[in-house]
Amino acid sequence: MLDSEQLRKLSKEEGMSGVRVLVGTRKGAFILTSDGKRERWEVSGPHFGGWEIYHLKGSSVDPKRLYASQSSGWFGQQIQRSNDGGKTWEPVGNKFEYDGAPGPHLWYDGTPHPWEFKRVWHLEPSLTDPDTVYAGVEDAALFRSTDGGQTWQELPGLRGHGSGPKWQPGAGGMGLHTILLDPSHPERIFIAISAAGAFRTDDAGKTWRPINRGLHSLYIPNPTAEVGHCVHCIAMHGSRPNVLFMQKHWDVLRSDDAGESWHEVSGNLPTDFGFVIDVHAHEPDTLYVVPIKSASEHYVPEGKLRVYRSRTGGHEWEALTNGLPQRDCYVNVLRDAMAVDALDSCGVYFGTTGGQVYASADAGDSWTPIVRDLPAVLSVEVQTLP
Amino acid sequence: MIRVVLPHHLRTLARTGGEVTLAVAGQATQCSVLDALEDRYPVLRGTIRDHVTGQRRPMLRFFACEEDLSHEPPDAPLPGVVASGAEPFFIVGAIAGG
Repeated sequence: MLDSEQLRKLSKEEGMSGVRVLVGTRKGAFILTSDGKRERWEVSGPHFGGWEIYHLKGSSVDPKRLYASQSSGWFGQQIQRSNDGGKTWEPVGNKFEYDGAPGPHLWYDGTPHPWEFKRVWHLEPSLTDPDTVYAGVEDAALFRSTDGGQTWQELPGLRGHGSGPKWQPGAGGMGLHTILLDPSHPERIFIAISAAGAFRTDDAGKTWRPINRGLHSLYIPNPTAEVGHCVHCIAMHGSRPNVLFMQKHWDVLRSDDAGESWHEVSGNLPTDFGFVIDVHAHEPDTLYVVPIKSASEHYVPEGKLRVYRSRTGGHEWEALTNGLPQRDCYVNVLRDAMAVDALDSCGVYFGTTGGQVYASADAGDSWTPIVRDLPAVLSVEVQTLP
Repeated sequence: MIRVVLPHHLRTLARTGGEVTLAVAGQATQCSVLDALEDRYPVLRGTIRDHVTGQRRPMLRFFACEEDLSHEPPDAPLPGVVASGAEPFFIVGAIAGG
């Protein structure tokens, strides 16, 4: 391993930029840093050892500004903020209070159950202001801070738009896990909830509506209901924000009209169950998924860890296996545990429940583990550094 | 002065040592001790008591003098030896999971 100074000198000499991979695990956060070659890595952590780190993410406006969701079944929720790229952290606000009387949603058995805050699943910094950040929480709601995480306010129009009493938790809880900010429509936000579905606002969060037309889910009484679908993850390419890609509980889907309608693009995948989905940084029709065996067997099929790539926006998929274990492997890759960098040769990263973080510096053609033995990985994000 | 022993993760979060010494105005109760603790270490707000309900978080317990005081009323006086500082007030994480 190189230390930070060696990496900095190397990067400077070679005129290269670098990457910082932010890894959230069941027992702490880790930060993996490399130059643009992405061959040699410095590993720092665990940060917040012993705590669940559901997600960390950096601001695209100020890459040194990071936010982390730190939680514990014993001690509740903390939000940590860094202003130096993760070298030091400070706890900021941890009060997530629903707006007004939260009312009930549906419990697993179909009975009403009161809304209760449990944890922050996903943090999404604003595209324009490092002090503005969104938080997707369990039980599902969207919060926003405009003071760097010190205070949080719910955007109650989502929970209150009418379908909230019909939302039901997925097996992992009723979490709001996906937040996509549309770079070309600053007031448009897409979110997704397990197991309610996908939703969109066009007025910065005041009003919301479900965008689940075309989804078909056999595990709910009406397979084409307006809400109730277990959407696992949605991805977008910033240059083409009307095109969305979704990994649902089962099915990989695509929308070409900002979620107004969806159609299945699972094509030749060995199984279309999975959690992650992501888009190549420079090719808006190049997608990545990691098929998982089934809803009750959350590991890769046939003992083989395979990323599948489509270069055609779905339907046609190829298995990427070079450098990945192809026998006796039974890990899962969770919904927020894949990310891409923006270097010329797009890097792809993902983490497993077995504690490995794999990197590809050639858009998935070949893979190497950065680390093999972390706690179970919950999330992976990457920052491309100047 | 009242002595409070915090669990490991809260000591780390508050960046403090194993035992905290607090001056509590008025009668020493669970509520007044926790108020004083949170005033000294604001980062602990929400970690012992729920922000909204004020209730003890379910996987934490309060022990003192070899007794479990978790289910005592929050405004009940603490034992005299805790109020005098002769015995500490323990905040303990439940032994569960890992």
